[in-house]
Amino acid sequence: MTPEPTHNRSTGADPIVDVEDVSFGYTASPVVEDISLTVERGEYVGMIGPNGSGKSTLLRLILGLHEPDEGQVELLGHPARAFAEREKVGYVAQDVTENTKRMPITVAEVVLMGRFPHAGFGRITSDDRDRARQALRTVGIDHLADRKITQLSGGQRQRAYIARALAGEAELLVLDEPTVGVDAESVDAFFDLLTDLNDDGMTILLVEHDIGAVLEHTSRVICLNRALYFDGDPVAFADSDALDRAYGTNVRRDDGVVLS
Amino acid sequence: MTGALLVTVVLGVLYGALDWLIDRWSDALGWIGETFGIGMLDYVFMHHAFLVGSLIAVMAPLIGTFLVHRQLALIGDALAHTAFAGVAVGLFVNATFGTGISPYVTAVVVAMIASLAIELISEVTDAYNDVSMAIVLSTGFALGAVLISLNTGGLAVGINQYLFGNLATVSRENAILLVVLFVVVTLVVSLTYKQLLYVTFDETAARVAGLRVPWYNRVMAMLTAMVVVGAMQIMGVILVAAMLVVPVAGAAQFARSFREALLASVVLAQIAVLVGITLSYQYEATAGGTIVLVAVAIYIGAVLVGKVQSNQVTAEEPRSIPDEELAD
Repeated sequence: MTPEPTHNRSTGADPIVDVEDVSFGYTASPVVEDISLTVERGEYVGMIGPNGSGKSTLLRLILGLHEPDEGQVELLGHPARAFAEREKVGYVAQDVTENTKRMPITVAEVVLMGRFPHAGFGRITSDDRDRARQALRTVGIDHLADRKITQLSGGQRQRAYIARALAGEAELLVLDEPTVGVDAESVDAFFDLLTDLNDDGMTILLVEHDIGAVLEHTSRVICLNRALYFDGDPVAFADSDALDRAYGTNVRRDDGVVLS
Repeated sequence: MTGALLVTVVLGVLYGALDWLIDRWSDALGWIGETFGIGMLDYVFMHHAFLVGSLIAVMAPLIGTFLVHRQLALIGDALAHTAFAGVAVGLFVNATFGTGISPYVTAVVVAMIASLAIELISEVTDAYNDVSMAIVLSTGFALGAVLISLNTGGLAVGINQYLFGNLATVSRENAILLVVLFVVVTLVVSLTYKQLLYVTFDETAARVAGLRVPWYNRVMAMLTAMVVVGAMQIMGVILVAAMLVVPVAGAAQFARSFREALLASVVLAQIAVLVGITLSYQYEATAGGTIVLVAVAIYIGAVLVGKVQSNQVTAEEPRSIPDEELAD
């Protein structure tokens, strides 16, 4: 590894996410362009941007699901496409289970999947089950362990996916619009859970359409619309004109406003 | 030279061992038949039929559970039809070169190649689409039909057993081939159960977790090819996919966990096969069709049970589960 030139916010310590001059497009026109950012351990980062701004695509690039056209992405110090040490990455997507399939599988079975990368081709041990049970307790749904995952509400299901990440001893939690389809009351509780996890040292990278929620809960805001418009703390973001520039209009910025 | 000799010896010993095992199975069923006065167990071909049938009823729902819950039920049908092309290749080679290869062996080879082709097409086009699956299906069947007609000068003889399956033609060689397929399929699934489950449940999350998803998809497709060819002997090309789908759909009606769904689908398939074979012997009906009809009847029963069960659950208070029960 050759030492890289410093870029914004890099403190020199090994960052958990390192995105460097990355551009990517599904077709000829780029969806994300020339983006550089790093995420340090313990940060709680919220990524916002209008629809089609490339925020989910950037997340997929960070996770190694796409190969960047230009630039490079490192995750946990490895190239993202190498998929190394992936047991340390927990991933929670939009709640898609609900409408796509009615597969018979219990909450406990789903959470236990977090242990699969650790077990490899070996057997699941009682230690693995203990960790899964503990994770369910942490997110507060251990009483639902034997329910079918499809019987849970959207909020409970997202908690189950977080439990899966915890069971896998994830150090980085990546969430892609996790509150879509979750009722308002559960959303608040969900963000409280994320704050608690962050307080316990979990690094969190969150893509969210609800700007108000990001400003309220995260410690750092990244605003993008193909290019990076803002990267800094929420208070500075609220005072800047980055939102107007990124979204292209004068949007109302009352607390809790939802742009989608 | 010595390598080839060694392989021949090992295969010979393996064949002998399996042959001996099937003999013991035959003895056991024969004894049961005599003791309880079950007439159909007087025949060795029925012993083979029950052996092959119950092995199929384990591995077909085993693979089918993973396929159905990924909405890939059609892949079994497509591979069965390409396996028919494999049968035709076997018959063609035998007729042309005077060899005695079992057409089921060539069917396994061709179906596995086709399964990889389907997988690669879906990886390139980034989706399993029913159009490409339908194209593979018809290409396989057309190729088989043409090869067989070339072979017999336009007269397609002796292919009914491959199209519809036949209890009476389950030879010793074919029973041994099936045992080998069974061992391979169950071993691979038990070794990769966790990975296959993860990929089945959420492919993207599995990729993020570092699983080599395309690799497991290829394994799954090849296992499907093996199961399809194995089941073809009794079920026939046209009905073989039913064994992959119908018991699984039945089990999904009432099973809560994935493991439960797997076990239940195997149990339902066993019932369908045993009842189906017995009925087909009794009434001299085709075994494949009878088995499928029994399986569908079981499926309908399972739907009703599932309805009653879900009504009960909604009527009851949601029960809380003690921590000790938190197992797989």
